[in-house]
Amino acid sequence: MGGGSGAFPATRPSLVRGLASADPAARAAAYEALARSYWRPVYVYVRLRWRKSPEDAQDLTQAFFARVFEHAYLEAYDSAKARFRTFVRTCLDRFLANDAQSAARQKRGGGVAIASVDFARFDADLAEHARSDDPDPERWFYREWVRALFADAIDRLRARCAASGHRTAFTLFETYDVNDREAGVRTTYAGLARQTGLAVTDVTNELAWARRAFRAIVLDLLRDVCATDDEFRAEAHDLLGIDPS
Amino acid sequence: MTYVSDAAIDRLRAIGDAPDFSGTRYEVGEALGRGGMGLVYRARDRELDRDVAIKVTMWATATDAERLRAEARTLAALEHPGIVPVHDVGRLPDGRVFTAMMLVRGERLDVAASSLPPPDRLRLFDRVCDAVSFAHARSVVHGDLKPSNVMVGSFGRVFVVDWGGGTTEGYMPPEQTGESTGISADVYALGALLADLTATVDPASPFRRPLRSIVARATAPDPAGRYASAAALAADVRRCADGMRVLAHRETTIERTLRLARAYRTPIALILAYLALRIVFIAWGGR
Repeated sequence: MGGGSGAFPATRPSLVRGLASADPAARAAAYEALARSYWRPVYVYVRLRWRKSPEDAQDLTQAFFARVFEHAYLEAYDSAKARFRTFVRTCLDRFLANDAQSAARQKRGGGVAIASVDFARFDADLAEHARSDDPDPERWFYREWVRALFADAIDRLRARCAASGHRTAFTLFETYDVNDREAGVRTTYAGLARQTGLAVTDVTNELAWARRAFRAIVLDLLRDVCATDDEFRAEAHDLLGIDPS
Repeated sequence: MTYVSDAAIDRLRAIGDAPDFSGTRYEVGEALGRGGMGLVYRARDRELDRDVAIKVTMWATATDAERLRAEARTLAALEHPGIVPVHDVGRLPDGRVFTAMMLVRGERLDVAASSLPPPDRLRLFDRVCDAVSFAHARSVVHGDLKPSNVMVGSFGRVFVVDWGGGTTEGYMPPEQTGESTGISADVYALGALLADLTATVDPASPFRRPLRSIVARATAPDPAGRYASAAALAADVRRCADGMRVLAHRETTIERTLRLARAYRTPIALILAYLALRIVFIAWGGR
């Protein structure tokens, strides 16, 4: 785990690089996968930072992704100028400031729907959970981007644990690291051991396994949405405090 | 899709670099802070059923790891009330070295000192110097003395923590390149620490100018111009607190007179009272 290079995902073509592929099918697939990572932060950003109604935000989010695909906005990305997520947010702000109304109308008239998204679930989350009100749009967008990344990683970890017989590891991970606790309540390994009927050392080992797997999945996803190896390393350092080689 | 709260995001980000303590006697809790060489966590020692602080170093090569273990052994040999005792040292499955030590319950030196009058602040500082001086006498330098590395526990007990780290900007002497540390560098950092502790001393206070001279000498750009040791610095600080002449400070005649008047105010008051009585007595006897 951790420090060894073997702990990190094997290099494979990033989705951002796939955007520039000469093969239209590969390019579309890369685009769709990338858009899937950004649906949530973009929608929440439009809803809360631009104060749009749920209906307008849904239209604008879909219109944004359709627009950037049709006009190949993301292919113009220059990794020397900014990180990719910053570039996406800048494109989004520009889109919302200039093109939003016409693009939204066009979308309603039959634009490209890239993926089916559960917007109702997003709005239920927004209504249910308090969130930080960071005045810096970059940090704010980053927070939402991380939230989407981690949510995806947790879902993948759940599926991986179910398929590989590590359900207990996932339950412990979810209880200790994901679920919020009541104020003042401290979850301990001993408490988890009592709940699950395991020895404390087994709780420690299972939790360590789940954390290693979670970290590997996050790095895998992160590599997908970074344009260069340097950007991947910088994002990994900022996000997890580690320096993958 | 799972909803990840802000608090969960913070926890999950922290576990990205979380040490793997599986197979050890420790149950690791929340991160307490970042030290010079790594993160410090609160942990539970299941064998001895007590809370400890565990410092986990950054990723290290095998050579670095052996050096860190040697440092931990050296620190474990420093038995002084102002130096946090080391309980254990070991290596995690991922190769990182950890050091388990006493969990200090208290507050940072600057926070603890903020509500104290100048003489009490100087006494706390004296205890810091005493611990550092003790380590210097055993060829151990701290390398990163700053307010967050000095804790004040119950009964005013002072603990110097995080030995062996890299120096923090602002407390780093000009000659230091970031790797070389020594007694003189620690004296410089102590001077910077003293400047922090006494920054809010009333300008009209008689301590003000001598303290500035002490700080100036401790933080002299040329190491040769500094106090030769933490003990020499502490001795000058004690002179200041006791109203004696500070070696680093060139007094004016007025300052010396006022200092002596403060230092000997009781005998001076007795002599004046005696003289007053004599005058009254002579005047009465002359009638």
